[in-house]
Amino acid sequence: MLDRMRRSLLAAKFPIFGLAILLMVIVLALGAKWISPYDPNLVQVEDRLFPPAFAEGGSSAHWLGTDTLGRDVLSRLIYGTQVSLMVGFMAVIVAGTIGVSLGLIAGFFGGWIDDVIMRVADIQLAFPFILLSISVLAVLQARRGFEANITTLQRLIPLILTLGVAQWVTYARMARSVTLSLREKEFVEAARAMGDSKASIIFRHIMPNALAPLIVLASFNVASTILAEAALSFLGLGVPPAIPTWGGMLSESRELLVSGVWWLATIPGLAIMITVLSINLIGDWLRDFFDPRLRN
Amino acid sequence: MTNLLDVQDLQVRFFTPEGVVHAVEGVTLSLDEGETLALVGESGCGKTVTARAVMRLIPWPPGKITEGNIQFQNRDVLAMQSDELRHFRGGDVAMIFQEPMTSLNPVFTIEEQLTEAIELHQRVRHTEAVERAVKLLSLTGIPTPEERLKDYPHQLSGGMRQRVMIAMAISCNPKLLIADEPTTALDVTIQAQILELLKGLKKELGMAILLITHDLGVVAEMAERVAVMYAGRIVEIRQVADLYSDPQHPYTEGLLTSIPSVDRQLDRLHVIEGNVPNLLDLPSGCAFRDRCPYALERCAREVPPLVTVRPGLEVACFNYRDLRQAVRTQTIESADSRVAPTAQPLVEVRGLVKHFVANKGFLGRGRTYVHAVEDINFQIWEGETFGLVGESGCGKTTTGRIIVGLETPTGGDVAIMGKSVASLDRRQMKEMHKHVQIIFQDPYSSLNPRMKVGTIIGEGLRIHSKLSQKEKERQVLDIMQAVGLENYHVERYPHEFSGGQRQRIGIARALVLNPTFIVCDEPVSALDVSIQSQILNLLRDLQGQFNLTYLFIAHNLAVVKHISDRIGVLYLGKLMEVAAKNELYDKPLHPYTKALLSAVPIPKPGLRRERVILQGDLPSPIRPPSGCRFRTRCPIALPRCAEENPELREVAPGHYVACIRV
Repeated sequence: MLDRMRRSLLAAKFPIFGLAILLMVIVLALGAKWISPYDPNLVQVEDRLFPPAFAEGGSSAHWLGTDTLGRDVLSRLIYGTQVSLMVGFMAVIVAGTIGVSLGLIAGFFGGWIDDVIMRVADIQLAFPFILLSISVLAVLQARRGFEANITTLQRLIPLILTLGVAQWVTYARMARSVTLSLREKEFVEAARAMGDSKASIIFRHIMPNALAPLIVLASFNVASTILAEAALSFLGLGVPPAIPTWGGMLSESRELLVSGVWWLATIPGLAIMITVLSINLIGDWLRDFFDPRLRN
Repeated sequence: MTNLLDVQDLQVRFFTPEGVVHAVEGVTLSLDEGETLALVGESGCGKTVTARAVMRLIPWPPGKITEGNIQFQNRDVLAMQSDELRHFRGGDVAMIFQEPMTSLNPVFTIEEQLTEAIELHQRVRHTEAVERAVKLLSLTGIPTPEERLKDYPHQLSGGMRQRVMIAMAISCNPKLLIADEPTTALDVTIQAQILELLKGLKKELGMAILLITHDLGVVAEMAERVAVMYAGRIVEIRQVADLYSDPQHPYTEGLLTSIPSVDRQLDRLHVIEGNVPNLLDLPSGCAFRDRCPYALERCAREVPPLVTVRPGLEVACFNYRDLRQAVRTQTIESADSRVAPTAQPLVEVRGLVKHFVANKGFLGRGRTYVHAVEDINFQIWEGETFGLVGESGCGKTTTGRIIVGLETPTGGDVAIMGKSVASLDRRQMKEMHKHVQIIFQDPYSSLNPRMKVGTIIGEGLRIHSKLSQKEKERQVLDIMQAVGLENYHVERYPHEFSGGQRQRIGIARALVLNPTFIVCDEPVSALDVSIQSQILNLLRDLQGQFNLTYLFIAHNLAVVKHISDRIGVLYLGKLMEVAAKNELYDKPLHPYTKALLSAVPIPKPGLRRERVILQGDLPSPIRPPSGCRFRTRCPIALPRCAEENPELREVAPGHYVACIRV
C-alpha cells in the first residue's frame, strides 16, 4: 500500500508540489522559535509600517515589512502557521472521530438509533455556524484568554472544539451512507452467516472499506477549516489576541488597505491561499488514489 | 442474397495506462440481407467490441479501430463523416442492449423517446410520429400501446422495456439490428417471448440481425450462422445447423461439452482447464493453445488463419476435428463419489412466510407488504442436493437466506438437524452457524477487498475455533488445496484473482468450519460457461469429500438439473412442484413447470419442443393474485383457481404438485 502510494505520488506532479509546500509549512510551524527573525509580539513603534524589502522604501531588516505597531510581518506569519495547522488538523480529527463513529452506528444499526442520530445532525446543520461560534467562543475564549501560563494549544482548545462540533455532520452522513451500502455487501453477509459479532463486523469488515472516501473528505476539510479559523479570527472570535494568526493579521489590516498599506492584507492572504491550495492538491490526489476505477 | 455488411481484418485496441488491450485482433465476417449471425464467446472475447466497431461506437480515448475495413452496402463505414454517420446509426443499423433498465432515459416518457427517434431520421409531423409509435409498440406485442405511451420507463417491467427498446430500434426500418445479449437480463419465460418477437420481426421487416450472446441455446434458436470468438479472434464461423454435432475447433467443442443441458444427464461436466488469456499480453501463436488438449508444437509459433474446411465452415486451427485421426470419444468418468442420499431430513422448512415492508405508510396506516415467501414447506435430505428454481422475485433467495439465519421469517419455522432455529438462544445460534454456511452469487462483492485471501478464508476459524494460530493456518492451507487454490495465494488480495478463482475462495471460506449444510445461492450464474463447469464439478467433488448437503438456488434450469437430486419449483413465493429431478424434467405436471421447461432454448437446432409461451409478466408480489398465484398466466386456468388456494399434494411417490387440475 505504502509502496503503491509512493509510486503513484511520483507519477503525478501537482500533489508533489502540494506536499512540498505543506512540509515546508509544517517545518515553519515546528521551528518557529528558531526560524523567525523577531519575537512576533515585539512592538517597535519607530519601525511601524515598513513596506516589504522588495518594495520601494523597504529594508532588509524586515523582509516582509512591519505592521501598525512595528511588529515584524514575517515573524508573525511564521508563528501564524502554528495556529492554522493545529486548528486545521485537530478540528478535523475531532469532527472526524465524532462523525465517523456516529455515522457507522447509525448506518449499521438503523431503526430508531439511526433516526435519532440523523435528526440531531439535521438540527446541528440548521443551527447557524456563526451563532454557534459566537455563543461558544465568546464564553470559553473570554475565560481562557486571561489565564496565564497555558500553552498555545490549550488556548486553542475552545476554537478546535467549536470547529470540530460544527463539522461532524458531514462525516456522519458520509460514514452512514457508505455503511448502508457496505452492510448489504455479500462479504458482510458472509461474516454474519458465520456468526461473527457486531463489533467485529463493524471494525473488521465495514470500517476499513469506508475509510478511503472519509480520508479524502478530511483532507479537503483541513483546508476549509483553516479558512474558517481565519474567518473567525478576522471577526475577532477565533484566537486570543496575543497569538498571531493569519486571520487576525488580515483583520488588523482592514482599515489600512485603502490607504496604500497593501502588504498587511496580501501577505497573510497569500499564505492562506498557498497552504489551502497545497492541501487541496493532496486531497485531489488522494481521491484519485482511492478511486478503484482509476486503479489497475 | 445480397451482401449487407462486410468486415475485413478488423482490429480494435484500447490504449490504457497498463498497456495496450488487444480487444479485437483481425476479425473478418460478412452478413447477408435478412440473415442472423450469432457472435458467441465468453466475456472479454471481443464480441461486443466488434459489434460496437460496426456502429463506430468505440469510445476514443482509450479505444481505437487501428486497422481494417467495414463496408455496409458498399459504403465505407470508417470513412463516414458525422452527418452521414448519424443517419447510418439508427437509420441503417440499430442496436439493442442487455440492460433494459438503463438503456431508456428515466426522465422522459415512452412517447417522448420513441417519437424523438422517429423524428430524428424521418421527416414526419409530430402527430404522424405518435401514430407510428403506437404502431411500433403494438408490433412489439405491447398491450394497450396508447396508454403505455404516457408511461415512464420505471412503470414498465424489464420485458416491456426491452420491447420498447426494440420498438425504438426498428422505428426507422433498419437493415441491420445489432442485439447485444438482448435477453441475458430477463427471466426465461420473458426471454422466450422476446426471442419469439425478434424472430417474427425479422421475418416481417426483412432485417438482418447480428446477435451477440454467450448462450448456445439462444444461438440454436435464432441464428443461421454462428461465429465463435476467443481472445479477440474468430476461431470458427459456420452454419448453425451442424455446429452441435460437429464442432471443429477445440474451443467450440469444449464450450459445447462444458454446458449442462436440460436434455442430457452427466455426472461430471467436461472442463476447459485454465483461464481466458490476458488481453494485455497475448501469448504468441494461437491464444487457445494453453488450454487446448490437441495443441501442436506449431500452435505456439504461428497464429492459425481461418481456413475453409468445407463450404460454409471456416476454422482457425492447425488441428481441427477433421484433421485429428482419432475422434475423441467423450469419456467422462462417472465419478459420483457421494454417499447415496438417505431420506433422512436434515433441514425442514415448515410453513415459511416472509413479508417485507414495501411502504411504511403514514404512521403505520396503509402499510403494504411484499409477499416474498408464502407458506413454503419442503425437506432437504441428508447428503442430497436440493435445487430451488424460479424466476426473479419468486422468493428462492429469501428462502435460502432465512435458512442460513440472515433473515428472520415472518411466520413458520426452519428446523436444522432437528432443532428449530427460532428457538435457539444466542450461543446456540452461534453454534448453528458452524454447521450452516452460504456461498454467494457475486464473486466480486462477496470477498472483503481489504483482506488477504488467507484472512478471508480463516475468518470462520477466528470466530469459532480455539486452535493455535499455526494450526489455523494449516487448516486454511488444507482447505485451499481442496478447492484448487495454491499455497502462495494466502498473501494475495481478492482483486488479483479472476471470477472463477474468487468463487473458489468463497467456497473455501464456507468450508473451513467443516459445515454439514451449505446454501449455494446462484454460485455460478456470474461466471463464464467454461469456468461454470469447473465450479460445478468442484461443488460435486467437495460434496462427496466432506459429506455435504446442498440447497442449490438458481434460475438456470440446466444447471439446477445437472447438480440436484430433487428440485422444487417456486413461483411468486409459492412452491408449485417438488420432485426428483428426472421425474420433474421428464414428466412435469404443473403447468408452470411445463412452461418454464419449454422456454429454455436447447443447444440443438432442429430439436423443437412443443412451446408453451406464457403471456404477460409476473404479477406484483405486493398484490399477488388470489387463489392460485399462477392463474393469471396459466394456460389451463379455471374460474375456480381464483378462489381456491391449491395445496401441495403428493400425486406420485415423492412427486408433489400444487394445482387443482393435476
